[in-house]
Amino acid sequence: MTHVYGVRPLQVGRHYEIDYVHSYGEVSDFFLGLKDHKLMATRCERCGATWLPPRRDCGRCGGKTVWFEAPQEGRVHTFSVLHFAAEAFLADLPFVLAYVELPGIDTVFLTRIKGCKPEEVYIGMPVRARFRRLVDWTPNDVWFEPV
Amino acid sequence: MRKVCVVSGGITKFAKANLLTQEAMVKDAVDYALTDLDGRLDYKDIQSTICTYFSDHFNSQLLFDSLTQDYLAMCPRPSMRIEGGGATGGLGIRAGYMDVASGLSDLCLVYGFEKMSEVSTAKGNEFIALASDTDFDYPVGGFYSGYYATMAMRHMHEFGTTAEQFALIAVKNYDNAFHNRWAQKHERWTLEGVLKAPMIATPLTRPMVCVMSDGAACLILCTEEWAKKLRPKGDYAVITGVGCGTDTMRLGDRPHGDVIPLPGEDPAKYSYLKGRWPGLHCFRAAREAARQAYQMAGIRDPLHEIDFAEVHDAYASSELQTYEDLGFCLYGQGGRWVERGGPYLGGELPVNPSGGLIACGHPVGATGIMQGVFTLWQLQEAMARHCSDPAQGIDGGKIQVAGARRGLCHSHAGTGTYITVNIFERPQ
Repeated sequence: MTHVYGVRPLQVGRHYEIDYVHSYGEVSDFFLGLKDHKLMATRCERCGATWLPPRRDCGRCGGKTVWFEAPQEGRVHTFSVLHFAAEAFLADLPFVLAYVELPGIDTVFLTRIKGCKPEEVYIGMPVRARFRRLVDWTPNDVWFEPV
Repeated sequence: MRKVCVVSGGITKFAKANLLTQEAMVKDAVDYALTDLDGRLDYKDIQSTICTYFSDHFNSQLLFDSLTQDYLAMCPRPSMRIEGGGATGGLGIRAGYMDVASGLSDLCLVYGFEKMSEVSTAKGNEFIALASDTDFDYPVGGFYSGYYATMAMRHMHEFGTTAEQFALIAVKNYDNAFHNRWAQKHERWTLEGVLKAPMIATPLTRPMVCVMSDGAACLILCTEEWAKKLRPKGDYAVITGVGCGTDTMRLGDRPHGDVIPLPGEDPAKYSYLKGRWPGLHCFRAAREAARQAYQMAGIRDPLHEIDFAEVHDAYASSELQTYEDLGFCLYGQGGRWVERGGPYLGGELPVNPSGGLIACGHPVGATGIMQGVFTLWQLQEAMARHCSDPAQGIDGGKIQVAGARRGLCHSHAGTGTYITVNIFERPQ
């Protein structure tokens, strides 16, 4: 039965759903690493750039990379307290989105800060990684809390 | 390469919901542009088209460009669809420029559209968020207002920029849009009102964020020979500078290094940044696009050699950041430049005299072209004629930049993954 929202012009409901079988491909070890409570990063063999999230091929020079374990303690590089989000995350509001600096890692890692009030978060705050016991195979299997 | 001119433009009134079909909206914009040429351009003279729209998700109609090409009675002429997130329109102007400059076409219709109203705002935010890394960023709850907010927070940390300075920009754009009949929003905001409005993601409140919109816009690009025929009074624009920059998909992957200097600049002037550029606080792609466009247009002092700019203010904070990337002021001085009145009408370099995305609306595929239309109308000194609505007491003349000879339009995608700068000027 088609749902009608208006008549002139005629507005009707239309529904569409998609299920994917998505491959994480060459970065699968990052997600598998979360299950083992590890943050798996890559380092370029040619120029030394380090990547978290990891890349098989270096984003600076195109060289091939090797895996290594990233440290799990760092500092908040920047953050924001979200009061609105994409539809899939409305139920989580409010939450703190943050980029975390980790020693030896050239990139900053996008994550959520939990374990404190949102107003307690500040740039430079020392934080450490925490991992889900029952993983969901997404980057939400890790988050950061104040040290 | 051949000179490329802009002779006419058309837009629809941007609105939260436009219940016409996308193809009809596009036709209305095209008809407006043709009507403005007083019958001097016949439909059959259009040799090629460029179609720009962003998201198949909003419409669930793929190949919409084939549908519109057909609806516009343009078949079998050549066409191309251009897409690049929020920079879709600016990239469309670039593609149209390439079409004419290369000699492949003498007269190209560049048109763009977006209809975002057929899904809820939250769903719309979700679609737009799918234009960020869907393996690592989106799943954490990343969405565009969130990413920009983290960038604004870092800019505040690096340079002492304040939420008040961002809020001033929102107020400026709403004030300008009040005199623009095409703008989606005709609202008056005070600084205090903006700061106290509902928070979207700290420090960005609702009025500091652009609105989703339905709309269409078009520009007619052509050779100078055609321009002289279509605008016998010489009121056409020449595209004198074209630039495009890109940057990493994930904001967290932005490098820390040396600033790309603008033409004529001594890199030493940026030593105070200590090699921490662009990081998450500056847009490398905007700086690169500006460098190319200024080089082409022979601009060495943007603040004094450009008369006005239409800049992609999806967020009041990104407009401030962009002042610095485009060289209107030094990196870190954006907030002080706003407080000194720099980007206001009557200021050193009016930015978004039209009201920008914040007040006019952001129908993604049309936005970059809309900016081009306002830029053309400024140069033609036609803002009063096109933007007024006496019945509503709207006087477009209030947002006319007097004596405008050279304007810049800046279109921006993602977190600065694609940025285009196009410079239009009056012929010599």
